[in-house]
Amino acid sequence: MTDALALPKKAWQRRDRKAQFTVWLGWLIGTAIFVYCFQKISENTIWAFVWDAPTQAADLGGRMVPPAWSYINQLWRPIWDTLNIATMGTLISIVLAVPIAYCAARNTTPSVTFIRPIALFIIVASRSINSLIWALMLVTIVGPGVFAGIIAIGLRSIGFVAKLLYEAIEEIDESQVEAIRSTGASAAQTTAYGIVPQVMPAFAGISVFRWDINIRESTVLGLVGAGGIGLELNAAITQLYWTQVSLMLLVIIATVILSEWVSAKVRHAII
Amino acid sequence: MLRIKGLTKRYRTGDLALKGIDLDVPDGQVMALIGPSGAGKSTVIRCINRLVEPTAGTIELNDTEIVALSSGNLRRMRRRMGMIFQEYALVERLSVMENVLSGRLGYVGFWQSYLRKFPQSDIDEAFRLLQRVGLDHMADKRADELSGGQRQRVGICRALIQNPELLLVDEPTASLDPKTSRQIMRLIKELCAERKLSAIINIHDVMLAQMFAERIVGLKLGEIVYDGPPDQLTPAVLTQIYGEEDWASTIRKADDDEPETIDEIAPATPIIERDRLAGLT
Amino acid sequence: MSIALPTERRRWKKPPVIKRAWLRWTLILGFAIYLALAFGTISVNWARVWEGLPRGMQFVTAFLPPDFTSRWDEIAQGIAESLWMTVVATAVGIALSIPVGIGAARNIAPLPVYYFCRSILAVSRSFQEVILAIFFVKLFGFGPFAGFVTLAFATIGFYGKLLAEDIEDMDASQAEAVRATGSSWLQWINYGVQPQVMPRMIGLGLYRLDINFRESAVVGIVGGGGIGATLNTAFDRYEFDSAAAIILIIIAIVMFTEYSSGYLRRWVQ
Repeated sequence: MTDALALPKKAWQRRDRKAQFTVWLGWLIGTAIFVYCFQKISENTIWAFVWDAPTQAADLGGRMVPPAWSYINQLWRPIWDTLNIATMGTLISIVLAVPIAYCAARNTTPSVTFIRPIALFIIVASRSINSLIWALMLVTIVGPGVFAGIIAIGLRSIGFVAKLLYEAIEEIDESQVEAIRSTGASAAQTTAYGIVPQVMPAFAGISVFRWDINIRESTVLGLVGAGGIGLELNAAITQLYWTQVSLMLLVIIATVILSEWVSAKVRHAII
Repeated sequence: MLRIKGLTKRYRTGDLALKGIDLDVPDGQVMALIGPSGAGKSTVIRCINRLVEPTAGTIELNDTEIVALSSGNLRRMRRRMGMIFQEYALVERLSVMENVLSGRLGYVGFWQSYLRKFPQSDIDEAFRLLQRVGLDHMADKRADELSGGQRQRVGICRALIQNPELLLVDEPTASLDPKTSRQIMRLIKELCAERKLSAIINIHDVMLAQMFAERIVGLKLGEIVYDGPPDQLTPAVLTQIYGEEDWASTIRKADDDEPETIDEIAPATPIIERDRLAGLT
Repeated sequence: MSIALPTERRRWKKPPVIKRAWLRWTLILGFAIYLALAFGTISVNWARVWEGLPRGMQFVTAFLPPDFTSRWDEIAQGIAESLWMTVVATAVGIALSIPVGIGAARNIAPLPVYYFCRSILAVSRSFQEVILAIFFVKLFGFGPFAGFVTLAFATIGFYGKLLAEDIEDMDASQAEAVRATGSSWLQWINYGVQPQVMPRMIGLGLYRLDINFRESAVVGIVGGGGIGATLNTAFDRYEFDSAAAIILIIIAIVMFTEYSSGYLRRWVQ
């Protein structure tokens, strides 16, 4: 080891040479991947359309104003359906997610080797498939309509709710559970008194949060025939009724912002 | 009468926490268990109500063998032993009353407890206990709104409403200030005297142990190295339990305990709680 | 202290969660009425559902075994497109969301800039990716470019909002100390703000990479390229065994990215 004091000047660097090299290499690889991917996309793109896009956008924008305000009277029913899809779907998912979360949490699962992996797989499968794909499947199975939408939202949300809930269960304070157990409480009583009160706020927050997301998701399910405002939107776009489209976009923004506000209020009240 | 014979505990990690403990606690005796961290104090207590499963040995409470009990019988056994915890271990989001009543869970059915329909006699007893510790006006407060000393008193009520034959007390004062610690220890001692209860108190504070216990057991590395009255706890003994240190100032004279009643306890301002809540909002 | 006094029989009931009685009853009643109305208006064609169940079974059985081979070329092409879109959209989206996010942080942006950036975020977040994709497909034509623009735009909404919130929550005194040295605005951002928000934002970037892959599977349904287009075609042709194969591949890739991004996040932080 050299004596630092003896050196006339000591060079300062933010990272040592090896760390610097790693960072530099990371950037290089990242950039290379990016360039390659962009190259590939570019090969599959007709650039004339892209360069034409601003003109197209201006044209489309022009045709969208003013929104067809009177059309709103035909929208109440689709809006109501959209709301129902989101709410009912969320309720179904909550009912199903609770036992799955209970089985997936390491500290409550009946069996770590058998039941937990199954629960985790259900969670991953439900989460990886977008609600639109669920809807696509369900429409071919149960037919088009609100029902398919509700089930699709429900199936998609199980994974989300169960994942956050089981993480909340794993984070509880074990000493409180131990205290209840030491009074001679049964397993069910230990759950009801030791675990449920601890995860209740998280559970309520997760449910409301998912409901808020589901409002947004349910606006598009109609595109594949699963009911709600997306159905009207799809029809208006294919028939080029752009003034109706712009009105529906405004309605969607309003609904989403409203539901976001409600969910934020409720979550705030719970904490 | 609690009778422990050859109690041994080896954790799954291979650590031998208890090396064949023999211990008898007669009815009505308040016994303090002292020793350095890792000596196995907490393991002893948790083996008695089998929150930790003993590896070998027998434990008998009033002639019932505990170690071999089936899970249903173990629950009935646990009702007969009240436990008081280090960090209070109250269910923080339940009210004071619900926490106290949770001590009766072993006696009522699931739906009865789930709907909070406890027998009136349990509710009367809960109010009586809360009044005894000076907290009956707080019955509907949520447990996380209480100060440390108040929480520990709720924890004591929860243990006593079980109508236990034995109290297992795990570091009751570890998170309390010195004054509150004394008050809590005195309360436990008085309640044991009132109800002819025996108690095992894990405690790391030697002075408090000497002040409030009739008998002291010193534990070191899973073995009992001292068992006797508080006034024979000499510096030599303490050195044996804890290792070399100047113990002269730690050992208490028998009479500097000024009388103080529970009524004088002013509810301490829950500063920590307020900060925590402020942080949340 | 006297304890011998016989306590009068005091009733005890669990206090209700919502203290104000009128509010409690309004909420309960309102919810009950809503449920009744909702159930009343959801018309389920049970005959159609019943009819569809065999097809559902057919779909379930298609998973045993899924057919990876007969459409493999299309599947491989779709997956590759999805991956390109994901990578480019995440990188571009994050790069664009940094100025928007900084502009949308109340504590460092002037008010007009704040409102402008916030409205960009609101629009981006309100629309589901698929709605955005419909419009971008109209503008840019079918194919992965439209999908890439959609995902990049959606990334701005997600990442920009979280960045803005993170900046708003940062420790003001650290930033103030840097400003006190006489630094320029950019230096101030670099030294006072960036170190505070960086670790969490790297984690969120990886998380967004995850989300973008998942979403890339749906923008294809409306013509945005990627695996979604392949999946949609499979459904249209009732080729459930190919669809099952695609879904299994999606699940596998999502699981892989989730685990590896979780690992990377721990490593970075």
